[in-house]
Amino acid sequence: MITVKELTKRYARNTAVDHISFEVQKGQIVGFLGPNGAGKTTTMRMLTCFLPPTAGGATVAGFDVLEQPLEVKKRIGYLPESPPLYPEMETGEYLSFVGKLKGLSGAELGKQVDYVCERCAVADVKNKLLGKLSKGYRQRVGLAQAIIHNPDVLILDEPTAGLDPKQINETRELIKGLAGDHTIILSTHILPEVEQTCEQVIIINKGKLVATDSVHNLQNRARGAETVLVEIAGRNGSLEMVAVQSRLQQIAGVSRVQFKTSHGNRNVFEIESQKGFVRGDLARAVVEAGWDLNELRPAAMSLEEIFLQLTGSEAPTEQAATKGAQ
Amino acid sequence: MRNIWIIWRKEMNSYFVSPIAYLLLTMFGLIFGFFFWNALGYFALMGMESQMRGQMFPMNLNEQVIRPLLSNASVVGLFFIPMITMRLFAEEKRSGTMELLATSPIRDLEVILGKWFAAVTLYACMLLFTALNFAFLFKYGNPDWKPLAIGYLGLLLQAGGLLAIGTFISTLTKNQIIAGAATFGVCLLLWVLEWVSGYETATWAQVLAYMSVITHFESFAKGVLDTKDVIFYLTVIFLGLFFTARSMESLRWRS
Repeated sequence: MITVKELTKRYARNTAVDHISFEVQKGQIVGFLGPNGAGKTTTMRMLTCFLPPTAGGATVAGFDVLEQPLEVKKRIGYLPESPPLYPEMETGEYLSFVGKLKGLSGAELGKQVDYVCERCAVADVKNKLLGKLSKGYRQRVGLAQAIIHNPDVLILDEPTAGLDPKQINETRELIKGLAGDHTIILSTHILPEVEQTCEQVIIINKGKLVATDSVHNLQNRARGAETVLVEIAGRNGSLEMVAVQSRLQQIAGVSRVQFKTSHGNRNVFEIESQKGFVRGDLARAVVEAGWDLNELRPAAMSLEEIFLQLTGSEAPTEQAATKGAQ
Repeated sequence: MRNIWIIWRKEMNSYFVSPIAYLLLTMFGLIFGFFFWNALGYFALMGMESQMRGQMFPMNLNEQVIRPLLSNASVVGLFFIPMITMRLFAEEKRSGTMELLATSPIRDLEVILGKWFAAVTLYACMLLFTALNFAFLFKYGNPDWKPLAIGYLGLLLQAGGLLAIGTFISTLTKNQIIAGAATFGVCLLLWVLEWVSGYETATWAQVLAYMSVITHFESFAKGVLDTKDVIFYLTVIFLGLFFTARSMESLRWRS
């Protein structure tokens, strides 16, 4: 659906986007990930024909962004970082204006306006002035305007920025629901968002492509062997650290047991296993030994760590890197 | 064509939903009404004087009322034009809606023409107030309507040119005040350039005077349709819109 080849944008003093290439298949949700100023917005603006690339090119739905911008624009729905709203317009009026801009008319226009109002849950503010809407509604109206002409491709620039947690959840669900019909690229610097909504991740940093892979593969790649965190408490009072360590070590597949922290009677161990799944054996061993098993969870490497590792910035990198290497 | 109409509707809507249009119409109506009242008072005084002296002055509504009033309207218009055009692009740039227009399947030229036509329409609405005043002349007097129609054509052409310049200036900044002030400066300059012809007859002075929008309005106010002046105004309109298009294009390469 989207093919980007050696896309480059240079300004007078800096290079915002530096030879980026990637492809997005039809119907996918792709997370465009990078720290602020990485070149996410610039890339998106080039895909939407708002900015012309300095070098390289891109095609959207088979049309070149430089050669056939009008065709590309017909097939793209775009939500910029701040929703492009006219404060003096009412929601319904605005959506019908955008619909007309995108080439809709007559009965189809009315139908689409009603449909997107429903879909984006803005029907109840249809007669309100856009300038008086809350941030959450503004964002949803922005999303509604992006899908009004049922575009093949949706490009969303930080669709959840500035929303409260409840609104963030709603917006993510909305985006997920749109995935089947549209190919979606969404940019964000919030990592859980990508883990939750996207299938594919494209990570860029300082204008350069750092990684592109599925979320699942990325996590696996960085994690390697499985690591499990176990919290164990002694039945009555103290717990024999050494006994626990040696007991856990005996479980088949466990390669390393390390004591992490303890809060009073609760002790946390980090256990690494070579062969995949040891959680069942672990739980049984702990309970049979007469200890309390308070918590058992896989210490999957979060995208956060992968991200820092890949973009190579800030302190947690070291920890993440050693973890990834093992 | 359809896209121009869509943009025009949107612009008219935002003029008339906000107080801008009503404020401009009221102020223009008030100021022009005052001019009209003055001109009429002076005309009546002349009429009385001619009777008292017992000798007839040649009295002509077209020459003594309509002509100076049309010139006044063109000057008053200069002050209102920046207020009409300053928001056209500056506001879109500031609020980020420029991105919506630029990523919609619509050509730059269609956006520009839609906005410019809307500005011209608002100016034409202001002229309606003058027509209201002139209507009294037709009720109680017997002026010739043809020179008046040509005068209106001149007003529209002149305003069209200045509005095109204002539209261009509005693409240069995000700040409406800056756009307005700059447009006002340019309008004022294009008006006073004519003054040099009062004391200087060298070629450069003639060129400067020729560039003044007022120079070219004289014939229209007289009720004379001079091709030379029509072409001058059309050229200004074309240049203004042409520069607007170039400016919009360069926005993309720069920003």
